Amino acid sequence: MKQFISLILKEARHIVRDKRTMLILFGMPVVLMLLFGFAITNDVKNVRTVVVTSQLSPQTQQAVERLSASEYFKIVQTVATPEDAEWMIRSQKADLAIVFAPKNQNIQLIVDGSDPNMAKQWTSYAQQTIANNTHSTDAFYTSLLYNPRMKSAYNFVPAIMGMLLLLICAMMTSVSIVREKERGTMEVLLVSPVQPLMIIVAKAVPYLLQAFLILTIILVMSNTILEVPLAGGIGWIIVVSLIYILLALSLGLLISNIAKTQFVALLVSAMVLLLPTVMLSGMLFPVESMPKILQWVAAIIPPRYYIDAMRKLMIMGVGIESVWREVIILSTMTAVLLFVALMKFNKRLAI
Amino acid sequence: MTIKYLLQKEFLQIRRNSFMPKVILIFPIMVMCVMPWVMNQEVKNIRVDIVDNDRTTKSQQMVHSIEASNYFIFNGQKSSYKDAMKDIEQSKADIILEIKDGQYLIAANAVNGTKGSIGASYLAQIIREHESRTGKSIKNGFENERNITTTKPNTIPTSVLTLYNKSQNYKVFMIPALMGILMMMLCGFLPALNIVGEKERGTIEQINVTPVSKWSFILAKLIPYWIIGLLVLTVCLTLSWLIYGITCKGHLALIYILSVLLALFFSSFGLIVSNYSKNMQQAMLVMWFFVVCMMLLSGLFTPTRSMPDWAYLTTYINPMHYFIDAMRTVFIRGGNFTAIAHQLFALTAIASLMSIWAVLSYRKNS
Repeated sequence: MKQFISLILKEARHIVRDKRTMLILFGMPVVLMLLFGFAITNDVKNVRTVVVTSQLSPQTQQAVERLSASEYFKIVQTVATPEDAEWMIRSQKADLAIVFAPKNQNIQLIVDGSDPNMAKQWTSYAQQTIANNTHSTDAFYTSLLYNPRMKSAYNFVPAIMGMLLLLICAMMTSVSIVREKERGTMEVLLVSPVQPLMIIVAKAVPYLLQAFLILTIILVMSNTILEVPLAGGIGWIIVVSLIYILLALSLGLLISNIAKTQFVALLVSAMVLLLPTVMLSGMLFPVESMPKILQWVAAIIPPRYYIDAMRKLMIMGVGIESVWREVIILSTMTAVLLFVALMKFNKRLAI
Repeated sequence: MTIKYLLQKEFLQIRRNSFMPKVILIFPIMVMCVMPWVMNQEVKNIRVDIVDNDRTTKSQQMVHSIEASNYFIFNGQKSSYKDAMKDIEQSKADIILEIKDGQYLIAANAVNGTKGSIGASYLAQIIREHESRTGKSIKNGFENERNITTTKPNTIPTSVLTLYNKSQNYKVFMIPALMGILMMMLCGFLPALNIVGEKERGTIEQINVTPVSKWSFILAKLIPYWIIGLLVLTVCLTLSWLIYGITCKGHLALIYILSVLLALFFSSFGLIVSNYSKNMQQAMLVMWFFVVCMMLLSGLFTPTRSMPDWAYLTTYINPMHYFIDAMRTVFIRGGNFTAIAHQLFALTAIASLMSIWAVLSYRKNS
């Protein structure tokens, strides 16, 4: 036990003394949280609107007034003809134009459709704004559950947790083990009286603690600065995160068994872990819209289930009974990966 | 002309490396074949639970028209709102539609705000259309053409005309951005790693003691990557035409000018990073950090004008922002030179500043 603790201390010193890596490890979550929480939003805001004044009717006048009064639209200019408006949209000086079409006796909104989603949102906001005040006859009522203010942080915080925990646990553990192999210091450790498995476990422990520390930073930051609710109870969030961290550590162990050099370990973790996590976990792009083949690939990516579970626990605030499916999948994956990693672990260095 | 021999050396080094030719060849093709499918924020396949309390013919027809729509997947009829909520909690459904006394309640899971609100507005649109077809409301006097959706709220009728990306295809929006990302990777990361690699191996010392001037050394390092970048751009343009049938609406020369400017910026940036770092890992981490920030704040994924003011201010010095803006203007909207003059000017200014810094910061004596 004493040996074990001193090994852990050795590993912890390795981490603490590498100032630049420490800075990046703790700086990255903070910067990413701020960027994703505030800067990366799809909110409809400051839509630059052009008014075509050729045939201004009182109706259009009213619509323009409503648009300029709303917080979403900004009237940037008035032009004489629809062609001028089109040119302004083309040269990125405006996003939306409002024209009175005499043929149909209605108001036409000309929208820049390059970004399909935003185009849809702009027009539906504009239509609502124009139609507003004139007592709505629409016989329906829409409610946005869980996130009525549509803050993008609600969507991104669980995803950042999934990405960072995987990155830190898997990549850092594997690189630190492979580095010892590469430098030849692994040999020194292996001939010491400590059990080989102990060495590996001792290597994982400081990263486990670090992952926990980062998890705490993220949770505190998201709750205080980004005002993300931790609706589902902190206990279960931590339990599920712990399973996920274990999974990431066993992945890291597996990578370190395969990789011979730091470069390969870095490449494998970046290509096999980071890229799919960002692209296929539903973090930025919804999985349901992808072709079937990519959906199958996405189904075997562990962060996907973790992110899903976290969204439910943190944002939707449901009980553990609604996430049992994700938890079971994650636990099975952890068990299998850990088993494979331990099976492949060999005490002797291949020469 | 020493630069000729230096260039020859660089090309030989790239060709004889076992890894580099593969990256240069396969990476762009992979990116162009897979990424447009992945980078798709289209909202599709939304699962709807319907709670029909009315059970009238009208509400039944409503259910049918939702089933027929290709945005929605009908998940099932539920007997009560509570049951439907259970589905939402277990992520089996995304939206609930409750029909009660001819009134509709749409409740969308908005954890992902975009998906929730767009899903809800699609559903609202279907209901509105359905209402106007079956209900006593006034019939529309004119045809609903493609791309023109008409709603009839009370006083002011509005119609929408969508420009440029008429089929609402997300790939059209993402492909110019992908080209930017590729240029960034090839012209930014590769030269930086190359120079730091020479530093680590110690071969840069040998160059430093030769009479090769600073300029010709730097140019010889960068020119190969510019050529590779432009070749890759050509491959991308061809692939997007062959695979997706998406072609550039504007003048191709403008695309190349923009790409050259971006390549100039990123290679200078890579050079600066490599001048200030000692080993590969360090250079990689620093580059990665700046590149991620530049990409996220460039309007590549989300519109820049939605950002808060402090984040919007950074776009004034973000070359990626100017590039993406101008690239989309030319590629999608078919803009001409005057339409992107502002972006071209800004890109040129930033790129030349960076290249001056890059050359100044490079020292032959360590």
